[in-house]
Amino acid sequence: MAMSREEIFRNVRDTLVDALAVEPEEVTEDATLTGDLGAESIDFLDIVFRLEKSFSIKIPRGELFPDDLLNNPDYVSNGKFTPAGLREIKKAMPHADFSNFDADPDVNKMPELFTVKTLVNYIEAKLAA
Amino acid sequence: MRWFWIDRFEEFESGRRAVALKNVTMAEEHLHDHFPGFPVMPASLMIEGMAQTAGILVGEARGFREKVILAKIRRATFEGIAGPGQQLRYEAVIETLSDAGAQTTGTVTCDGREIGRVDLMFSHIDRNMSGLAFPEENFVFTEDFMGLLGTYLPGRGGAG
Repeated sequence: MAMSREEIFRNVRDTLVDALAVEPEEVTEDATLTGDLGAESIDFLDIVFRLEKSFSIKIPRGELFPDDLLNNPDYVSNGKFTPAGLREIKKAMPHADFSNFDADPDVNKMPELFTVKTLVNYIEAKLAA
Repeated sequence: MRWFWIDRFEEFESGRRAVALKNVTMAEEHLHDHFPGFPVMPASLMIEGMAQTAGILVGEARGFREKVILAKIRRATFEGIAGPGQQLRYEAVIETLSDAGAQTTGTVTCDGREIGRVDLMFSHIDRNMSGLAFPEENFVFTEDFMGLLGTYLPGRGGAG
């Protein structure tokens, strides 16, 4: 039977509680992984490993957290995503909410795209595929 | 002093699990300070022993082509202590291995009694630093370290 969104959220929350040593109450859908939950870059790899195990899925490198766009000068210029870059990152992250990012696509604000909701959306789409 | 916190491998199953031994002795400087009159093997160095056991296991799984770096201690719990004259046994098992890195689980036993659990995460750093360059040579798996594998890797030096 397919997992409900609520079940997916609970699993993601438990994963983040283990990976980041945070309290379950801190893991809300809108919490950002780095800003609110204190994730560091290496934690992202840990989160990927744990999600793979928890949901019995395979997460190809760069699919959940795209990491190859920032070094491309066509996509990022003067610390901001270019229109082409913005198109690419949206294509790469259909699971993220860009409503705030669109107005000011500063690379320093990219971590704000990685929320708990982003993870839940990604897993939901992955399980449905 | 050399940075070896395991003495030799006892078992080695490529890509799966490894067991390494470490004899604790009063010749080790740190035991005289940790603690004066009550020598106890520091837990931090048992974590390092597990990291060396598991790190070599992870490195060997990819033919030592990757630079395998300890990235995160996922869990470390100790319920017992070890002192001079005792033997530590580190058993590491690969839980996940991918292009990006690996996760391992491990148990530490002292003279046959389980005293701790250490789960680790390793990164293959050349693949995780967004294009930052590291030296060409594999500075993680030096010849000295490879000697530890001894008989498990024919053609390499060291007493197994």
